[in-house]
Amino acid sequence: MNFDELFGHLGQHTVDGLAKGSIYALVALGYTLVYGVLKLINFAHSEVFMVGTFAVLGTWTVMGATNNPGIGMMLVFLAAGLVAGAVASGATAVAVERIAYKRLRTMNAPPLAFLITAIGLSLVLSEAFGVWQGRLVKGMPTIVPQEVVFQIGNTAITNTQLITVVAAILMMIGLDVFINRTRYGRGVRAVAQNPDTAALMGVNKDRVIMLIFLLGGLLAGAAALLYSVRYGNTRFNVGFILGLKAFTAAVLGGIGNLRGALVGGLVLGVIEVYAATLTSSNWEDVAAFVVLVVVLLFRPTGLLGESLGRARA
Amino acid sequence: MTTDSKVERDPKVERKRVSIGDRWRALPKWQRWLGFAAFVAFLYYLPLLGIPGLTWLRTDYIANGNNWAGVLFTCAVYVLIALGLNVVIGLAGLLDLGYVGFYAVGAYSVALFGSRQSPVVQAIQDKFGLSQEWAMLWAVCIIIALVLAMISGVLLGWPTLRLRGDYLAIVTLGFGEIIQRVVRNSVSWSGGPAGIAAIPGPEGAPSADNKVFGLLDAKPWYWLALSVVLLIVFLVRRLENSRVGRAWLAVREDEDAAAVMGVYPFKFKLWAFAIGAALGGLSGLLFASRAGFIEPNQFNAQLSILFVAMVVVGGAGNMAGVAVGAFLLAYLPERFRDFAEWRFLVFGLALVIVMLIRPQGLFPSRRRARELQDRREEVPAGV
Repeated sequence: MNFDELFGHLGQHTVDGLAKGSIYALVALGYTLVYGVLKLINFAHSEVFMVGTFAVLGTWTVMGATNNPGIGMMLVFLAAGLVAGAVASGATAVAVERIAYKRLRTMNAPPLAFLITAIGLSLVLSEAFGVWQGRLVKGMPTIVPQEVVFQIGNTAITNTQLITVVAAILMMIGLDVFINRTRYGRGVRAVAQNPDTAALMGVNKDRVIMLIFLLGGLLAGAAALLYSVRYGNTRFNVGFILGLKAFTAAVLGGIGNLRGALVGGLVLGVIEVYAATLTSSNWEDVAAFVVLVVVLLFRPTGLLGESLGRARA
Repeated sequence: MTTDSKVERDPKVERKRVSIGDRWRALPKWQRWLGFAAFVAFLYYLPLLGIPGLTWLRTDYIANGNNWAGVLFTCAVYVLIALGLNVVIGLAGLLDLGYVGFYAVGAYSVALFGSRQSPVVQAIQDKFGLSQEWAMLWAVCIIIALVLAMISGVLLGWPTLRLRGDYLAIVTLGFGEIIQRVVRNSVSWSGGPAGIAAIPGPEGAPSADNKVFGLLDAKPWYWLALSVVLLIVFLVRRLENSRVGRAWLAVREDEDAAAVMGVYPFKFKLWAFAIGAALGGLSGLLFASRAGFIEPNQFNAQLSILFVAMVVVGGAGNMAGVAVGAFLLAYLPERFRDFAEWRFLVFGLALVIVMLIRPQGLFPSRRRARELQDRREEVPAGV
């Protein structure tokens, strides 16, 4: 147990953890949105994220991105990557909904059927990319070279960490405003509270469901860009572990609760970095799940509770 | 009464399926026993079949050889897993996505206590001054595997079974991952990523002298696994019709109602978890004994998901259904090994298509099918 290292550089490890957790949080939002409305664990969401990373990679390759472009080109690449990732992920998420879940919903299938369909779809997506793009890790050009922008005491904050955390929090605020303040958001909350009553009040349930899949997909696409910037590689099965972590984050914060996803993601990222520092990086996943179990023992609905519809029981 | 309305609603499909099942059940008992015995005899004869295309399987172990018996062994182990997981998912209605954890506990029990190369056995040898040749007997390892798997099931179930269904899913998924990581990271007692070799079978450590349970001929292993499967089928069938089985059914259909009627849901859920875990451990033990060598990567989370898929595709709750599901999901990827790159893609597609066409599984239990029918009437096109 390396406590000296942890407490000696507590600030640094916290920043690392927050940056890591921001990506979890963005992906977790996709799980939590779908779960909040449909009570469905959308296992295919991890592959939605994976498709996003490949879209980012493809766009950069087509645009001829190289390492360390100037500040102007950097912004162009980031914008293009964001658009490509968001469009690809959003389209994949909506396609998954239309092709598979919608039909199951009309049949009123049991929850397990949804789960297996989601697993099947996620296999199809990741294997399709495995066959098409090969199974090796694919490197990406370093669009944003690492630089320390802040130095507080012995805590160094790099530009990629800053971008990741700020972008995640901005998108989170945007989503929160969208769900809580706009007309569409009211529809989403209404369907989350009670689908049948919402339908009677004139909310188009199918459109709301499509909307949440689209939103989840867009956020996963943004997460894919941030992931590409920070880690600079992708792989056909990149989504699996990340999706697992993101779902853990969603549950940790309280699944169905948007702010919970943010809190859960950040907390999970920080815990993992702390655990990796204390022992070795081999144990970070174990620590993450142990914390999840302990939290669920004392707060069975997660840190912030479930509340997409605010009034749900 | 439910049956009548069902027949009216969808006369073609329902009447046909009900009549096949009913016709079988209407037969005199001795005829059913005869049919069953013939079927069992056929299962034992299966590895000797030599139909090209169906049973002539390519293999990675033996170049240009036939591994049909080996594939059958895998199928039998998977059927055993499906039977165990069916107790948890099908009978008690708990979604367990970490079943590979129990499978790994079983496999590592026999590896750690039975293999002369395992750190645990070597530590025991040192401590009690035993010879280098000493290791636990295979039969003792079975007991250890069952006990350890059951204990891990109870340890996992104790804190988590009070949670609602979906939380249980994620916690169990995490458990499956944790077991794998712990084994991989604890080099000092588990062999770590290098794995453990020389895992014993019924005849002791694998060697060329073994007459029956050798390395090359998989047929005896298949017969062993099949016998275990038949024994477990019998035991689970007895359990299903017992007080415990009825309690599971009540808890699955309505937990609150069951609690009001004096069935303590937690207790029976924990039983389901423990029994399912023991069966998972048993199948892990068979797998490890046959393979003779295990390493942590063989117990990944994808495998758990495959296990759940076997149960759901086959039809949760129906033992024959889950057995067929397990057989198909174990056999088809082997059969299509030639399409190496594509087979998991096709496998995923198959899962989706089966679920879209038959969301209740290929062969659902009668009771489950009826529950689903009620569900469909209750909330037409609801969420």
